[in-house]
Amino acid sequence: MTQSQYEVVIGLEVHVQLGTRTKIFCSCPLEFGSPPNTNVCPVCLGLPGALPVLNQAAVELALKASAALGCRINPDSRFARKNYFYPDLPKGYQISQYDEPLAEHGTVRIAGKSVGITRVHMEDDAGKSIHDGFRDSDQYSYVDLNRSGAPLIEIVSDPDMRASDEAYAYVTELKQILQFVEVSDCDMEKGQLRCDANVSIRLWGAGEFGTKVEIKNLNSFRFLKMALDFEIGRQVALVESGGEVVQETRLYNAGTGETVSMRSKEHAHDYRYFPEPDLVPLRVGSAWHDRVTASLPELPAARRARFIEVYGLKEYDAQVLTASRALSDYFERAATVSGDPKTTANWVMGDLAGLLKPAGREISESPISAENLGELVKLINSGQLSGKLAKEIFPRMFEAGGTPADIMDREGLRQISDSGALEKIVEEIISTNAKQVEQYRGGKVSVLGFLVGQVMKASRGQANPAAVNEILKNKLM
Amino acid sequence: MKLTEKEVRYVADLANLNLTETEIQNMVKDLGAILDHMDRLSGIDTAGVQPMRQVLFPAPETATLRADQPGACLSNEEALANAVHAAHGYFRVPLVIER
Repeated sequence: MTQSQYEVVIGLEVHVQLGTRTKIFCSCPLEFGSPPNTNVCPVCLGLPGALPVLNQAAVELALKASAALGCRINPDSRFARKNYFYPDLPKGYQISQYDEPLAEHGTVRIAGKSVGITRVHMEDDAGKSIHDGFRDSDQYSYVDLNRSGAPLIEIVSDPDMRASDEAYAYVTELKQILQFVEVSDCDMEKGQLRCDANVSIRLWGAGEFGTKVEIKNLNSFRFLKMALDFEIGRQVALVESGGEVVQETRLYNAGTGETVSMRSKEHAHDYRYFPEPDLVPLRVGSAWHDRVTASLPELPAARRARFIEVYGLKEYDAQVLTASRALSDYFERAATVSGDPKTTANWVMGDLAGLLKPAGREISESPISAENLGELVKLINSGQLSGKLAKEIFPRMFEAGGTPADIMDREGLRQISDSGALEKIVEEIISTNAKQVEQYRGGKVSVLGFLVGQVMKASRGQANPAAVNEILKNKLM
Repeated sequence: MKLTEKEVRYVADLANLNLTETEIQNMVKDLGAILDHMDRLSGIDTAGVQPMRQVLFPAPETATLRADQPGACLSNEEALANAVHAAHGYFRVPLVIER
């Protein structure tokens, strides 16, 4: 038997840090990169007697995410304590939601299928343990509790994915949706999006799922796909050789590309969930619910479809331009000014991206405003600016800012359409290229291109090529 | 339910508490009485009774929520003041990963 005789079943648990200013249950700020243990207070240090108070902005963002994922929001949800012992969990329990989560039954569309969302629930993050980098790291772990109490949502998918590519597509789409609705920056390097995968295999047609393995430590989407591919291969080989998959938690090792069993007792947990007595149930009435739903922006999939339909963009271009809400907003503003979406798309994806990337800037930090980019395209289309000149002006707009007209005036780059000025240049070129002129008059019409080129060069690219063509033809008759 | 002295010592050890002999004797009595009370509660028939996990009062749904405004934090020194071991601004604990 081969791998193709097995059906792969994948479900994902994604943790996303909500983009609030403060923690979920206390008013400590969420600042990435602060000195260790400085954004802490009695609540997030788990000191006895300190009481949690839920952050309203965290609830708003969790509701926004739930609505964007098409979930049914429960009017009453409840927090619960999930008990376990680990040094970076000072309370000895995580405040999470268990049998009454915030939202349930959503969907995410990926190419050709829907992935169900089982639930979205709120919880607090643990601190950070550091196991390396200190002289005595072979004997001690170091704990920083700045992250303790950061607001998270956990998004649990149904076991609907059937290949590592689908898992990759799902997290990509999920991240894009969450960025669009501005729930989180989803910066994986800052740990704002973390992902665990459940994977099992079964023979095609089998009614029951196989035994699942949970893979942790997947800190990039690429690693997610690689870890799944490795794990699927491992499970198939195991079953093929007569073995059995054991339910366990495995860690992905990016160095070796393998998943390794976590041989700790960690997965033998009984979390002893019980209702959190320090927090009242979370009630979200229909007015609040409706307000959140109404505040949702157009979601990426809808925007992609609209770009294709209304602007006539190719699917790939629509995909690139909706990579972020800022980028798609930028494109749309520029296209409105230029009136030519396709050319505008090319400028945004080509020249602008080519300047932003080496400068390490985001689209929101572009020195060229969307309006000015649209203006540039408009000037080209109206014949006031040649494509070649536009390419010259563009980097100067990037450096100095300002409208294309400003730059053209400042640098003396306005296109010459004035026939008097053009005629003078044309006459000069005719007199200095007697040989080519003779060839043209002798019937070698292709020489015209060369002569036009000479005029363009003499005008430093400012001549209007169509006008030059016309004048040259007349003069050579 | 009778609690033994051995059980008290075991729980105290788990909780990292150093109890004196007198305290241990008191705990045998006090903790035992609490457990006795729990036993009595366990005997009550609660079928059909809604659990009361929190005491609620009529209020707008956001009344128990907090505005997203940063407040004061403890200093690093204050944060680490109760730590048994600390170094370089961190809590320092016995190794938690098996190597």
